[in-house]
Amino acid sequence: MFNLSPKNDTVTMAIFAIAVLAMPLWLAPIGASYPDLLQKFAIFGIFAVGYNILFGLTGYLSFGHAAFLGVGSYAAVWSFKLVTMNVLPAVLFGTLIGGVFAALIGFVSLRRSGIYFSILTLAFAQMSYNLAYSVLTPITNGETGLQLTQQDPRIIDSLFVAAGEGLPSTNLFGLKMSGYPGFYFCAVLLIIAFFISLRIFRSPFGLKLLAIKSNQVRMNYTGFNTRPYMLIAFVVSGMYAGLAGSLLAVTDPLAGAERMQWTASGEVVLMTILGGAGTLVGPLLGAGIIKYFENIFSAYNDQLLHQMLAFLPDGMEGAVVALLGLFVGEGWHLTLGIIFMAIVIFLPGGLMEGIRRIGGMIQKRGGGKKPEQTGGVMRPTEQEG
Amino acid sequence: MDAILLQVLNGLDKGGAYALIALGLTLVFGTLGVVNFAHGAVFMIGAFCAVTLQKVLTISMKVRDKSVTFFEAYKETPYLEVWFGEWGTMMIDYVVILSILLAIPVMLLVGLVMERGLIRFFYKRPHAEQILVTFGLAIVLQEIIKSFFGANPIPVAAPEIVSGSANVGAWFGLGDALVYPWWRLIYLASSLIVIGLVFSFLQFTTYGMVVRAGMEDRETVGLLGINIQKRFTIVFGMAAVVAGLAGVMYTPILPPDYHMGMDFLVLSFVVVVVGGMGSLPGAVAAGFLLGILQSFASMNEVKQIIPGIDQIIIYLVAVIILLVRPRGLMGRKGVMET
Amino acid sequence: MNDTVLKVADVHKSFGGLHALRDVNLDIEQSKTHAIIGPNGAGKSTLLNVCVGRIEPDNGSVTFDGETLTGKKPHEINQVGVARVFQTPEIFPELTLMQNVMIPALAKRDGSFKFNAFRILQGENDIRDEAEHILEDLDLIDQRDSEAGSLSRGDKRRLELAMCLVQHPRLLLLDEPTAGMSRHDTNRTIDLLKRIKERGMTKVIIEHDMHVVFSLADRITVLAQGTVIAEGTPDEVRGNPQVQEAYLGGAHI
Repeated sequence: MFNLSPKNDTVTMAIFAIAVLAMPLWLAPIGASYPDLLQKFAIFGIFAVGYNILFGLTGYLSFGHAAFLGVGSYAAVWSFKLVTMNVLPAVLFGTLIGGVFAALIGFVSLRRSGIYFSILTLAFAQMSYNLAYSVLTPITNGETGLQLTQQDPRIIDSLFVAAGEGLPSTNLFGLKMSGYPGFYFCAVLLIIAFFISLRIFRSPFGLKLLAIKSNQVRMNYTGFNTRPYMLIAFVVSGMYAGLAGSLLAVTDPLAGAERMQWTASGEVVLMTILGGAGTLVGPLLGAGIIKYFENIFSAYNDQLLHQMLAFLPDGMEGAVVALLGLFVGEGWHLTLGIIFMAIVIFLPGGLMEGIRRIGGMIQKRGGGKKPEQTGGVMRPTEQEG
Repeated sequence: MDAILLQVLNGLDKGGAYALIALGLTLVFGTLGVVNFAHGAVFMIGAFCAVTLQKVLTISMKVRDKSVTFFEAYKETPYLEVWFGEWGTMMIDYVVILSILLAIPVMLLVGLVMERGLIRFFYKRPHAEQILVTFGLAIVLQEIIKSFFGANPIPVAAPEIVSGSANVGAWFGLGDALVYPWWRLIYLASSLIVIGLVFSFLQFTTYGMVVRAGMEDRETVGLLGINIQKRFTIVFGMAAVVAGLAGVMYTPILPPDYHMGMDFLVLSFVVVVVGGMGSLPGAVAAGFLLGILQSFASMNEVKQIIPGIDQIIIYLVAVIILLVRPRGLMGRKGVMET
Repeated sequence: MNDTVLKVADVHKSFGGLHALRDVNLDIEQSKTHAIIGPNGAGKSTLLNVCVGRIEPDNGSVTFDGETLTGKKPHEINQVGVARVFQTPEIFPELTLMQNVMIPALAKRDGSFKFNAFRILQGENDIRDEAEHILEDLDLIDQRDSEAGSLSRGDKRRLELAMCLVQHPRLLLLDEPTAGMSRHDTNRTIDLLKRIKERGMTKVIIEHDMHVVFSLADRITVLAQGTVIAEGTPDEVRGNPQVQEAYLGGAHI
């Protein structure tokens, strides 16, 4: 992936930008082109792209990134409550707070590596989650979740407009951030986020991060102080998570602690792995696929299945519906778990590796570009010793 | 004094559960070198063994209620009571105890299937991939349970005879203020027995000796011509049984639901890390220690001084331990520090 | 001996009850190749580890060109100009050879930390040139785009050497650079190390193979049970009866 020239990158970015902005068009045939879902694609795309900067490049498996997402959401909602319904401050604030949290947690967690790092991040995320539900209720509003109210001060807004009837909506200088405008706002941020990630991947800094994943001992003896590199990667990915969290609040101004649970962290890991950790587009692909299928699968219920399978003989229909019923609707998580296992077992490099393999099979004569480095999860380096 | 003793007791039963789960985690890690995120799900499956048995035993038929004479009234009566009368009622009452008998073979089977069917393919794969695949497995297992039993907790009662509380205070001459549920005492005692059994198995049998040797130095034991792999498979099954028993016995204390495994898993992992990866005594000690710490942190007096401490105490201890003494309380140096 | 570049003074290290190093003194001269030999468990690797900051000595100090190395972290020691080749090659197996060599070149240029996330690697011509040059020098240029992990054992060692040389270190520490190599590869490595010698780099070699030692070394230090039992030119050491006794079991070299 370092073989592409900067000129190609401009083209990549242009294609990417067009593809993202045109999503409402080309996703229409598969029934995914309505604003709510498109917003989710963009938001979780940002989350996964950011997570990939940490996990894909350095191989450090964090189980705590949902905490930064949650913190970003809270920060954004507070910005709506206290300052203004304009989304720009909210997004900036969310990103910043995500970064600050990541800096604190990263500073401590990065003292350890391997599974200890994973458990430290997990412990911090659980702590944040538990606290959000209990003592921090004044800030997080506990189980109900943080919501806008009529009585919120909104200092800046109140200078210009008198509070109207009902709750105000989030806006970008007057443009309401729901529906398609909301999507385009997220999409633009996704494009920026992707661009930054692309530049990091292409930079000497990115190469050094990859080298840390490959062999940290050698990095130290090569004269690098790996700690600040790791911390920056961690903070950057935390900021991406904070941004994603604040965008969740932009499109729907409420924030709950369940966003911080460690299973939510597991979801972003899953997105990244599914698409292909360490590849540029993979995580986006993973986020899109998971959100798409979550949406489709959870919409199905037994009744719908019965309608669809009405052509089958009665007894068989019942059996098939019962079986399929396990995997759709409420059972969507089961499907998710199975996909997750299948990917880790058969295709640890994710879908991007699959695509590459297929591509390799097609043009077997070679002569094409050299394969990129394996996008897989931490290749075993310890096997040989 | 009473209050302190009560908190210690409170902590011990939870600690017992942590210790039993952590024991299996660390045993599997030490022998197979696998980080098993699905171990919590195994605990949960154990608990659902009891739920299942309860459901089976209480399958009912409608029986004419003879106490109602004005019209024909029916009430649901379990077949067991219809067939066996008092004996049937007693069987239902003792469902938790019976579940233990059921759980041992079932959990052994679950463990063996897991190991042979999935885990063994991951011995040589990086830890991150082990974590991820077992994490996926945990999701799958808990979702399966959820689709069968629903999302709500299902209470399972302890046998009537031990449903009350023991006057623990009187035993120690501390007055009547200190009472403690019988079942929790039983839970504590049986965790100690199970822990004792595991340790004596490892300590006094040749089989256990080979396993311990394998934990120390796998390659050498392999060179001796002993099929260490096969023994490790059994160890995995044993870990599953231990976690399963912990689950069965825990049902009267906490009605099981599908995500209890995940909740306990995170804590048990913390316990393993605090105790020291791969250290069996460490896991047990840390399990009880953290259980007790948690119950002290839940005291109102403590919560008033440091609000929220009860929510985070275990994690906080883990963070401090990992930073100050990375190998945990009793772990060997450098395990898994890659 | 004014031109001592690496000075090991009274270094003592014990692990538990085992004394790995007892008051070791060592002076390594500028531009010389200094071999450290000794039977297994003599403390050679420990000594090397003390020099690169992997192990902290209980006592004593290591100074390099007037700068104290003891207590410094590995990356700081590297930045001073000390590079190390390991017994089992420490390379970046998933990265290409070019990347493997560019990384140390970046370390030399950027220092131990630099946040250059917005530069484009492709545009770092100086680094690329340097990396290509060194790969050419070590006959690895044909494989520049292959994954380092796929190299043969001998090639991995040469790659690791390239990674050290690209930094133009002032001192190069080599831990058994030819262990497990075929005769052919060993000779090739000897030639290579001789060539570097001509460039005036100071080298410390730990080696078992006497053929390698006597072909390369200007001076030899013999360690046994954590103490220096002899030091001198190859001829002096060869003739030293104490060395023959302790190390060679009385046999003549």
